[in-house]
Amino acid sequence: MDRIILHSDINSCFANVECLYRPELRGKPVSVCGSIEERHGIVLASTIEAKRCGVKTGEAIWQTKQKCPDLITLTPNYDRYVRFSKLSREIYSDYTDRVEPFGLDEAFLDVTGNPKAFGDGSAIAEEIRQRIKFELGVTVSIGTSYNKIFAKLGSDMKKPDAVTAITRDNYREKVWPLPVGDLLYVGRATRHKLSELGITTIGELATTKEDVLRKQLGQMGTVLYSFANGYDRTPVALHGESSIIKSISNGTTPPRDMVDMQDARIILMMLSESVAERLREHGFAAGVVYINYRDTSLNYFQKQLKLDRPTSVSTEILETSTELLRQSWCFSVPLRSITVGVSDLCPENTPSQISIFADEHRRIKREKLEIAIDDIRRRFGHYSIMRTITHLDDTLGKIDARGEHVSYPVGFFKEYSR
Amino acid sequence: MNTKVYVGVNAMFEADGRLLPRSILWEDGRIFEIDKILDVRRAASLKAGGSGIRYTVRIGRHETFLYLEEGRWFAERRF
Repeated sequence: MDRIILHSDINSCFANVECLYRPELRGKPVSVCGSIEERHGIVLASTIEAKRCGVKTGEAIWQTKQKCPDLITLTPNYDRYVRFSKLSREIYSDYTDRVEPFGLDEAFLDVTGNPKAFGDGSAIAEEIRQRIKFELGVTVSIGTSYNKIFAKLGSDMKKPDAVTAITRDNYREKVWPLPVGDLLYVGRATRHKLSELGITTIGELATTKEDVLRKQLGQMGTVLYSFANGYDRTPVALHGESSIIKSISNGTTPPRDMVDMQDARIILMMLSESVAERLREHGFAAGVVYINYRDTSLNYFQKQLKLDRPTSVSTEILETSTELLRQSWCFSVPLRSITVGVSDLCPENTPSQISIFADEHRRIKREKLEIAIDDIRRRFGHYSIMRTITHLDDTLGKIDARGEHVSYPVGFFKEYSR
Repeated sequence: MNTKVYVGVNAMFEADGRLLPRSILWEDGRIFEIDKILDVRRAASLKAGGSGIRYTVRIGRHETFLYLEEGRWFAERRF
């Protein structure tokens, strides 16, 4: 028996929620954008009216104003979006315990076991669509299918406020003519490689021999081949299961660019502190430290290093991330943004081999010191105790990476990355 | 003028845990006694802009909606 999978997507979530709270803005071109002063001035979400003017997510505000001079820009209210995300999940969980969040505004649902789910699941999808509109005042697009990939493609087909069913009988007509870039995990680079094989649509990808794709794209070739043919069997995670933490990271675009190692170290320090604090809060130690950074031309880089032994100490995360950056970047071009993250998590009390070369006594002291700092900050606020390095530069040193943190769930791809 | 009017509400926690509004304190100081609660459900208010628990209440001969959103009560202004 086929599974019945739904993918529900709140249409232009941030903009949709803002327009609910500001009735006078409905029907007007509205975009929710990051703050210009803090250099996050890009479009995060737009209403349909704004999209009709050509406004795209990720564009800078000045670009959008050229296309659409009447565009109304709003700053985001993350607390509000998190609340709507939670409320929508509550509605989903009335139908199944298999609800897997995919970002704040999207979720996969496996409703196979629900007695209301006849045929392709359209009836349940229709009920959810109506409930979300009535109860929350925002609209969703829902795709239904027998696998997650087609369900996701389905939710993108009709917008807003619609249900699209993709079945074994109609997927060739509905999915195969779509551009291959619409498929999950086909980005610019993969699209380019596929175009070299003459593949531009999902149908062409599906009918290409798997060996050929494997040769061109490696293991990813096999994965995409199965996506395009509807062979994907990835389960929808049980409610709550997907929230098991796989990695912890913090990133920021500081108010000004980082021109040298000292600038970067201030930011790395604050990010490492925040990551370590969250590690300790969840009772974890991390085996891998990674950094992502973007230069001022928006080129993106990622580096990672496996540690000799797991840690939850910020100074160790800082030293590793600094070393990773030092080895890979010479500051010929300034850096715009940077992220510090840790993965390969294990419980903090997991026994580990101590080193005869490292000063274990000092390590334990550092750990105790940081726990004390956590405590002080919890009681008196983040800025009550600061590292001296953050005072070297007032612009860069005024970031509360922890407080400004908004977390997004882990990616869809974890099944394949194991 | 804003359609969303935050109001004071005199409400009662019943023994079974239900929270039921008894009277509404309007922005100009008038108090409206709630005669009957006709319906309680989660709903959005497109008119006022918000989403919460919606109480359909009867005040005299009028039926109106009263919303409880994140610990604050609001009603829709009539023009």
